Formats: sequence, structure tokens, C-alpha cells
Amino acid sequence: MPIVLVEDLRKSFGSLEVLKGISLSVERGQVVALLGRSGSGKSTLLRCLNGLETISSGRIEIGGHVMSYAPAALRALRKDVGIVFQSFNLFPHLSAAENVMLAPRVVKKTPKREARELAMEMLGKVGLIDKADVYPDQLSGGQQQRVAIARSLAMQPRVMLFDEVTSALDPELTGEVLNVMERLAAEGMTMLLVTHEMEFARRVATTTVFMYKGLVHETGSSKELFGRPSTSEFRQFLGVTSD
Amino acid sequence: MFQLQFAPALAETPALLRGFWLTIELTVAAILLGGALGLAAAMARNMGPRFVRWLVSAYVELIRNTPFLVQLYIVFFGLPSVGVRVSAIQASIIAMTINLGAYAAEIFRAGIESIHRSQIEAGASLALTRPQILVHVILAPAVSKVWPSLVSQFILIMLTSSVCSFVSVEELSGAAATIQSATFRSFEVYIIVGAVYLGFAILLKSALASVGERLFRRPGTAPRKAKLAAEPGGLR
Amino acid sequence: MIRPFGSDEILFLFEAARWTSVLSLAALALGGLFGLAVALARVSVSNVLRTAASGYITVVQGIPVLILLFLAYYGLSTMGFDLPPLIAASLSLGIYASGYLGDIWRGAIESVALQQWEASASLALTRGQQYRYVIIPQSVRIALPPTVGFLVQLIKNTSIVSIVGVVELTRAGQLVNNATFEPFPVFLSVAAIYFIICYPLSLIARRLEAQFNAYRAG
Ligand SMILES: Nc1ncnc2c1ncn2[C@@H]1O[C@H](COP(=O)(O)OP(=O)(O)O)[C@@H](O)[C@H]1O
Ligand SMILES: [Mg+2]
Repeated sequence: MPIVLVEDLRKSFGSLEVLKGISLSVERGQVVALLGRSGSGKSTLLRCLNGLETISSGRIEIGGHVMSYAPAALRALRKDVGIVFQSFNLFPHLSAAENVMLAPRVVKKTPKREARELAMEMLGKVGLIDKADVYPDQLSGGQQQRVAIARSLAMQPRVMLFDEVTSALDPELTGEVLNVMERLAAEGMTMLLVTHEMEFARRVATTTVFMYKGLVHETGSSKELFGRPSTSEFRQFLGVTSD
Repeated sequence: MFQLQFAPALAETPALLRGFWLTIELTVAAILLGGALGLAAAMARNMGPRFVRWLVSAYVELIRNTPFLVQLYIVFFGLPSVGVRVSAIQASIIAMTINLGAYAAEIFRAGIESIHRSQIEAGASLALTRPQILVHVILAPAVSKVWPSLVSQFILIMLTSSVCSFVSVEELSGAAATIQSATFRSFEVYIIVGAVYLGFAILLKSALASVGERLFRRPGTAPRKAKLAAEPGGLR
Repeated sequence: MIRPFGSDEILFLFEAARWTSVLSLAALALGGLFGLAVALARVSVSNVLRTAASGYITVVQGIPVLILLFLAYYGLSTMGFDLPPLIAASLSLGIYASGYLGDIWRGAIESVALQQWEASASLALTRGQQYRYVIIPQSVRIALPPTVGFLVQLIKNTSIVSIVGVVELTRAGQLVNNATFEPFPVFLSVAAIYFIICYPLSLIARRLEAQFNAYRAG
């Protein structure tokens, strides 16, 4: 049974149709790279999967929940679906550990001690135990993004969504974030990630989805797709981005 | 159960209108005089000799940290006690001018300080005279920048004019006090008067805003306000 | 009998200044409570609440404090509540404060980046939890300087309630002036006491503002 199932998803902003009928199925443990030109709707798709955008039509099932916008149902879904943004979006008034502890404490009512232990475990996963009590503005971009990943992981989600999480980073800092993600993939986390790191997508993603003008244009195992791109648009895309 | 009766109060419409007219006169006088005083004070503070700067900031701080009513009392009761005779209306205009002047000075100062040195130098390099630089490079953009704050301050001084009724000026609030003691429909009188102030505040605000647009029209600079919660359900 | 303006009178003024403080604090408490409700309504998802709150702000900011005072005073007595002047005064000053604080705090809440809402929503926080743990703590930092600045306005505006017979600082000044006929020294002393109360707050507001700007810039 797929853990993510998207059927004929359409999304418009006013008169602009951004997603024009996306269908997608992801099995547990799969790592799916979403590729495509800027504006092709990748972020919108991920945001729809977390309920940050309401869909115009179609159906989403994710992490064992059917997408519904009733507040309680949406929260239940979000407990099982984490998302990490390009711009980190850490809470600036909370330390790294507090950022990670917040949701377990207030959403899951985890006692403070336990939440703190959980936070340390998650910060350990992203290699930032020594930064637990540091505030976001004292952290580098790469460190902030790793805290953001730890913050999502602390809810023990079944699916993780990553939207260009290294795009805002200086090149020398992308590696540390990609390493964390690669380890996560190796642990069996189901992941959907939008990325411009072609090498990473080819190596780590089990499946690649190429989006073009609001539609899934080409999809398959990453090996196949990168080895023998079948549409001219994907070939062109690979050509453009690999130089 | 109580019942509102507006008829007795409305029968006094002429008196209310006279009061309203005086409120308008006080407001216009204060805006013109206080605005000019504020601009002069801001320029003195920015460009004057050290002693003058100190004097202006003392003036600004003293006025901004004491109530208008007390300032009015000092003018109205104090001046006659040293032999300067002022009517209640004159005292009101003096107090409102001095009061607005201090707030306007702060606002103008912020505007003037936001003008970059490089722009003044650019003006000089175009062979503009000093007065030309002052008017076109410094003051005009400065005032246009702070116009919204000025407008808020003008509205506040209009509302503050109600306090002049304390020295028995028969502006709108003073007229209301007279009428309510004659009709015994106090609540109704103040509802009407409150509505008149509110209407005038809204009118004055939009009128001053369009004056600003006329005076400082610069195409394409209207700042787009970030919409946050405006979209229902947008923040799920 | 005319008395000279001496130390007894000064003492009397200082004692009356206590009532100015009491009124200010009561109005701040009431205004803070209403103001928070107004601010939250102003940014709520409900159209009706948003419109109502924005109407409330327009009305309160468009009517002189003096008229608000009379409306509260005579409105309540028309409805059969005969409140002591001090209570009516606190109430009307509280309403006045809520109109401005509500607006200041709305601005502060709206200035928290949209991404903070999204990040906290994606962690399954309820709207109330988002406010409590993410949005309000960040807004407070933004709202503090203008709030302290407004407190100065509030303190000064307590002088208005001298008209309903509350013997706060300004009313005490009037009384002393009536007894001494020395308006200059009396009202200058009154002004000086207000200044002693307000100026430090103005300085604090300015300092907080500078700190906040430095924080934002750095
Ligand atoms: N909130 C929005 N309102 C209007 N248009 C939007 C909004 N979000 C995205 N879009 C538009 O949708 C299209 C797809 O955007 P996006 O999903 O961000 O693409 P990608 O992530 O692939 O670059 C773009 O044309 C973008 O301008
Ligand atoms: Mg994107």
C-alpha cells in the first residue's frame, strides 16, 4: 500500500492553474526527487501535501491520512508529515533545542524532560548536540537547516518533505545538510524532495519525478531516468542544469 | 429599560454646528501654525548652532512629556498672571500650536534625517543653490516620507481640541456640555458629538491623505502591504 | 483666604499624582486586556471579527478621550449603573487604550513573518498554540517600544478625568491654584511632576526602539 497517493491533483491560484492533474504514488521507504524548472509547481505540490495550500480538486492520501482541511484532521495529518523549507524558518526566539522540543511538548504533551532528551537525540542525528542552547541567529545557515530537520524529525513523521533545503545555503554548507538527508534516507525514511542537486538526486533518490508545466512529465527509477531520459524536455533540463 | 431620545439634542443643532465650526477653525489654525513651528524647530535642531539644538530638544521633550491640559492651563491662567491678557480661544490656539509643534518637530526631524548625505552632495553637484537644495533635495522628500505620520498627528490635535472646553471655549465639546446641561439628555448629546468627531476624523484623514498624494505624487511608490491573515484560511 | 504656594501644596500634588498612577495602571490593565482581544480579532480568520475590530479601532481613534469619558460616564448612568467617577474614568481610559494598543499589537502580530505561521502550522500546532508559543513571543519584542510610548500618552490623558471630579494630579493643581492664585508656579509644578513620571518612560521607549532596530539590522 502506498504511503503517499496523489490522484489527479489540480491547484489554481486565481485564474492561474499551477498543478494540472498530478498523480503520484510513493511506497514506504522510497526517496522521491522532484525535479523541474523554476515555476513548474514543485513547491506548490509539496505544500499541498502538507496542507499549506488547499487543493482545487483531486485527492491526497499521505501518511495514512486522507487530506482534509478540518483543523483537527489536518493537525493529525501533519503529525505524520514533516516539511523542511528552503528558508529554514526556525523560531528565532527559541534556542535550537527549544525549537526541536516545541511541537512534542505542546502538540504531543511530552513531559519536559523527555522532550529535552528527544531533542538531544534529534540534534545528535543532525550533528548539533553542542549547539542545543544556541539561538538561531548564532548558527550558520547549514546549522539552522539541520536544526529545522531535527525539529521536523522530533514529531517522528512517516513522511518527510524537503523543499530546496540547500538552495539558500553557501555552496560549502550544502554538503552537511545533504549528508544528514542521505543518512535519513538510509534509515528508511520516506522522503519527497525538491532539489537542484542533480548528483544527490541521482545517487540518493530511488525514484525521480520530472515536472513540467504543472504535470508529471516523466517518472521512473532514478537510474533509468538519469541514464536514458526519454523526453526532450528532461534531456534539456539535465543539460541546462549540469553545466 | 432606558430609551434614547435624540430629539431634544437635535433641536440644538445650530449650537452644535457653531461648536463644530469652532473646532474646525481651531484645528486648521493649529495645523498651519503648529506645522510651521514644527518645521522650523526641526530645521533649527538639524542645522542650528549647538545652543539652539539643545533649546529645541528641551522644548520637544518638555511638551511631549506633559499633558496638553496642563499646557493649556499654563497659557490660559499663567499668562494673565504676568500681565499678558489672552482670550480662551487665543490661549487654545497658542497651546495647540506649541503642542503640535513639538510632535511635528520630531516627525520632520525623522524625515530630514532619512535624507542621505549623498543626495545633498548630488544636489550640490548639479549647481543647486543652498535654498534650492534645502527645499527640493531635503525638505520635499522628507515631508513626503513622513506625511502619514503627520496626518495622524494632525488628527490627534483635532481630537485634542476638545480639551479646550476646559477653559470654556465653546467648540464642539464645549457646546455639548452646554446643551447636555440644558436638555438633560447627556448620553444622546455625547453620542451625536462623538459621531461628529468620528466623521470629521475620517474625513480629515482622507482629505489630508489626498493632499499628500497631490503634493508628493511619485508614480509606482505606493507600498504594497503584505497580506497576512487577510485571506481566510490562508494561515492554516 | 489666599494661601502661599508652599511645601504643603507640593506635597498635596505629589499625593494626587498617586491617583494619576492608579488611573494609568488601571487603564493599562483594562486597555491591555481589551486591546489584546481587539488585536487578535483584527488578525483572526473570521471576516466578521476582523471587520468589527477594525471598526472598533477606527471609532476609538476617531473620538476624543474626553467624549469617550462622557459616553462611559453618562451611558452607564443612563442604563442605570451609577459607577463612582474613578471607575467610570478607568473604564473609559481603558477603552481609549484598547483602541490604540489593539492597533499597535495588530501591527506587531502582522509583522511576524508569514513563514513562522507556516512552520508552526506544519508542526501541527493549533492556532491558539501558534499564537502562544510562536507569534506572540515574537510580537512582544516588536510591540514593546510603541507600547511604552503609548503609556506616556495614556498617563498624560488621565489629566482629562479631572473633569468628573477625580482628584488626580491636574485636578489637584486646579484646587491648589484656586487657593493660592499662583497659576505659574502651581501648573509648572504639576507639569514637572508629569514630566518626572513620563520622561523616563519616553527614554525607555526610545532605548528599546534603538535596541530593536539594532537587533533587526544585525
Ligand atoms: N501563493 C501563490 N499565489 C499565486 N501564485 C503562486 C503562489 N504560489 C506559487 N504561485 C505560482 O505558481 C507557480 C508555481 O510555483 P512553485 O510551485 O513555487 O514552482 P517551483 O517550486 O517549481 O519553482 C509559479 O508560477 C508561481 O508564481
Ligand atoms: Mg520552489
